[in-house]
Amino acid sequence: MTVPGEINWHEHLPVLQVVVPLSGALLAAIVREGRLAWLVAMIACWAMPIISIALLTQVIASGPISYAMGGWPPPVGIEYRIDQANAYVMVFVSIMAALVMTYMPRSTADEIRPEKHGWYYACFLLCLAGLEGMLASGDAFNIFVFMEISSLSMYVLIALGSDRRALVAAYQYLMIGTLGATFYVIGVGLLFTMTGTLNLIDIASRLNQVEHARPILAAMAFIVVGLGLKIALFPMHLWLPNAYAFAPSAATAFIASTATKVAVYLLLRYLFSVFGVEIGFEATPASGLFLTLAVMAMIIASTIAIFERNVKRMLAYSSVAQIGYIMLGIGLVNQAGLTGGIAHLFNHAIIKGTLFLAIGCVVYATGITRVASMAGIGRTMPLTMGAFVTAGLGLIGVPGTAGFISKWYLVQAAIEAGMWWIAAVIVISSVLAVIYIGRIVEIAWFREPSDRQVRNPPPEMLAVTIALAAATIYFGIFTDFSGGGAAEAARVLFGGYPR
Amino acid sequence: MNLLNEILAHYNYWITIFLMVAGVFTVVSKSNMIKRLVGLSIFQTSVYLLYLSPGKILGGTPPILDKAYTVYSNPLPHVLILTAIVVGVATLALGLALVVRINEAFGSIEEDEVVQAVYRDDHA
Repeated sequence: MTVPGEINWHEHLPVLQVVVPLSGALLAAIVREGRLAWLVAMIACWAMPIISIALLTQVIASGPISYAMGGWPPPVGIEYRIDQANAYVMVFVSIMAALVMTYMPRSTADEIRPEKHGWYYACFLLCLAGLEGMLASGDAFNIFVFMEISSLSMYVLIALGSDRRALVAAYQYLMIGTLGATFYVIGVGLLFTMTGTLNLIDIASRLNQVEHARPILAAMAFIVVGLGLKIALFPMHLWLPNAYAFAPSAATAFIASTATKVAVYLLLRYLFSVFGVEIGFEATPASGLFLTLAVMAMIIASTIAIFERNVKRMLAYSSVAQIGYIMLGIGLVNQAGLTGGIAHLFNHAIIKGTLFLAIGCVVYATGITRVASMAGIGRTMPLTMGAFVTAGLGLIGVPGTAGFISKWYLVQAAIEAGMWWIAAVIVISSVLAVIYIGRIVEIAWFREPSDRQVRNPPPEMLAVTIALAAATIYFGIFTDFSGGGAAEAARVLFGGYPR
Repeated sequence: MNLLNEILAHYNYWITIFLMVAGVFTVVSKSNMIKRLVGLSIFQTSVYLLYLSPGKILGGTPPILDKAYTVYSNPLPHVLILTAIVVGVATLALGLALVVRINEAFGSIEEDEVVQAVYRDDHA
């Protein structure tokens, strides 16, 4: 029972997901002072997992939620639509944000000039608000606006890196990212011209009545390429390595584990829910294209990673390869493949988060990012590098780690689709991962440490890193949430919107 | 003659396509970072036209509820593009700010030279 005039917070959860970080960003920008701004950001970030988990339980209990923005019922107003697919992604995006926010104050103090801390936290929250908006919104143009909010703040986060190369990385990402977002909005414009609506469910239901198929296919091509640039789908990944390498440590961990994942979710939403398998895959060579690009990413990007001298850039190339796995799951166009792809979204977010956070600890302790300078670092920093190796095993896909679960799903899906060679490609790519992770292990543990001064990383940085490394093991054994949630999400997406 | 009419009737789309291609061409062909941002802006501007022109109906009026008018132009594209313009301005502002900082840090805004400097930093 609600008293008239009283706000029923429960009803407004879908929009709070965006409003909380957005107003947090404003507040952080106003208070300016580093510690206070961090406190504001911390409160906002920890409110998010609570909201998203409440949303997920609500969706599981009573089906999709439709929220009319500003009280204007869809399709006239903007609709926020939460179902099991985006609630699942929201949960891990918000948890990663909260963990990284807990991790970051001292790492930030070390890497960024004090007068910029307030802006840094404000941009972090803006980025989070944009990502959550992209997930929650059911309106094609609203998604574009949120995409630009998250991208613009991400460019700032990257440009705040202490090396001057961070500026160039941010500029190049800005050019490519804006091209991507504009391609997306061209696609939405064509859809809008043909169907007269921007509501995703409405678009889906009217696509069958459209007489001319060609503008729809053109729209799909524009949207896929636009989102492909945001996902860093091979060969559209050129912005990613330097952006990840030169952004501040904590920002890299956050961006690497969330931003590309949200773009993948949008691609899935468009291909499966809006266009549907009929238009999306049967009328186009999309499936073959995705499989080809995925295989190239898995092999070529992993090979580049082996020869990379900067450890952050090595992990970035590894990210491009892992995105290949996710696209592989999409390209198989069956429910098992989609489950594997979505499970890999989740597992890769945890694994790559751990790896970048561990490197953040190393940077804090020693200031090095070059692989060659990491000799003996495992002996001087056993806990940090222990977490790194654990997550590295997950990346390789050793049984008992999270990475194994999603690779296993993908292999099963490939066999189900009758494509045995894909299982072989997964094995080859995993072997390449053994080499590039093994190289770090060899240098970090089996070489004599130099007598460099090493600072101890602060307890909160270590605690978050180790907790995430433990999660890599946990989700390798208990797959109720990661695997089960992914299966539900795949079912919802594969079913498409009602037509 | 028919073909010519067909082409002329859709002149708005031809302008859109021209701007779109000109913008992307500038982005990929130029090395000067400011010129590339200008190209990006032209590319974004083409999208405004893409949205606005189908919203216009010949003989249509603004959407005023009155018995005298029956054909309305769709006002929604205008609202959308207002938002897109804001996004475009923000992007351009951020891009230019980054170019200023790059000029301070590298002493050049030619991408060729800056990328070479980045390469030297990488292998230092």
